Amino acid sequence: MMQFTDWDILRNLLLAARWTVLLSLIAFAGGAIVGLLLTFMRISRRSALVVMTRIYTEIFQGTPLLMQLFLAFFGLGLVGIDVSPWTAAALALTLFSSAFLSDIWRGCVESLPKGQWEASRCLGLNYLQTMRYIILPQALRVAIPPTVGFSVQIVKGTALASIIGFVELTKAGTMLNNATFQPFKVFAMVALIYFLLCYPLSRASQYLEHKLSRSSK
Amino acid sequence: MLLLYTQGLCPCGIARMNYQLNFADLLNYQDVLLSGLWMTIKLTIVSTIGGVLLGIAGAASRRHRNGFLRRAAACYVELIRNTPFIVQLFFIFFGLPAIGIKMSEIEAGVLAMVINLGAYLTEIIRAGIDATPKGQIEAARTLGLSSRQIFFRIVLPPAFARVYSSVVSQCIIVMLGSAVVSQISVPELTYAANFIQSRNFLSFESYLVAAGFYLVLAFVMRLGLNALGSRAFSREEKPA
Repeated sequence: MMQFTDWDILRNLLLAARWTVLLSLIAFAGGAIVGLLLTFMRISRRSALVVMTRIYTEIFQGTPLLMQLFLAFFGLGLVGIDVSPWTAAALALTLFSSAFLSDIWRGCVESLPKGQWEASRCLGLNYLQTMRYIILPQALRVAIPPTVGFSVQIVKGTALASIIGFVELTKAGTMLNNATFQPFKVFAMVALIYFLLCYPLSRASQYLEHKLSRSSK
Repeated sequence: MLLLYTQGLCPCGIARMNYQLNFADLLNYQDVLLSGLWMTIKLTIVSTIGGVLLGIAGAASRRHRNGFLRRAAACYVELIRNTPFIVQLFFIFFGLPAIGIKMSEIEAGVLAMVINLGAYLTEIIRAGIDATPKGQIEAARTLGLSSRQIFFRIVLPPAFARVYSSVVSQCIIVMLGSAVVSQISVPELTYAANFIQSRNFLSFESYLVAAGFYLVLAFVMRLGLNALGSRAFSREEKPA
């Protein structure tokens, strides 16, 4: 029987927190790439693409992330792809965040005044030029605060990967709890580490939003 | 199932898709599914009511004269919004009994959902309160209303109407989050799906059906709450 000091618990949790951070980064990067594609599909004027992306977003926003994780985990297995909890978690979180990010970014593009499009058209810019020089630079500025804010949801979402057996912060917490029988202490530490990861992001998002709203006045 | 897995692989190990989805077997478990669904609905109703009340109390505290109350509410909101729901749930269910606060799975699940929803709604409702025109409060004060009356009769109803659609979205997010409560063995929808797939090994089908139920539930909940809102707030200013 091994004895765990508080330092042992904390050290193991911090080691596991690396995987939380890594999974969050992968999910964010993947979600951003897929989300960007979806955003372009959503703001295109082809109704088939718009409908498809709307259905996609509705499905991922209308079902629990936990279900998406289970379906990725067991679904990929059915197709014959050998899935590790890593792959399943990365895939599910990527799809989940892409749905939310594309919804956020579409809102940012649509928040720009219609006159911007019309003026570009008058100046003889084509669709791509309008996007590249007029719409995207402005939309990007508006998009940063809510995107940073959503990254908090991704970090918290990775906690669910523990349920399909991915050993990150939460899973390490339950394992340490089973070994030490000190649930109060262990889960308080787990919560604290998540807080230290998420709080700076929340504050950054609030700060950026404040700055943006002041500069646009 | 094992056979199907091996059939799904070519000798060379390259994946091939020849799995037949089997939903028919799930019909044998419809009682389990439906009772799980009913539990999810009950959890959602109780936690929505509790969460809205807590959110109103939280928002009132955030804008209270008492500085301690203001700071306590701010800490509560930040603490809950920056930690995952599953950790809050585990802390309540596993952590609190260690210091002598014991409760059943369902109580712990509901408590976690109420606390979680309450924190988000505090922020949402506070934003609605902050948009109250100053003149209304001054007018109410001139008319001799007490600050309690001003809050409940002048400030809160239009503030709530203003942010109602965000409140509905947050309630739906918490309904979807209730899937996590299955992890402490509350027999709700996800737990039912877990149970079924542990019996018939049709994991993908079970979870797909459960996900479908959640999708319908989210849709119905939005429709229902929006209808409720447009009835309740027909006298208030229209939410933006």
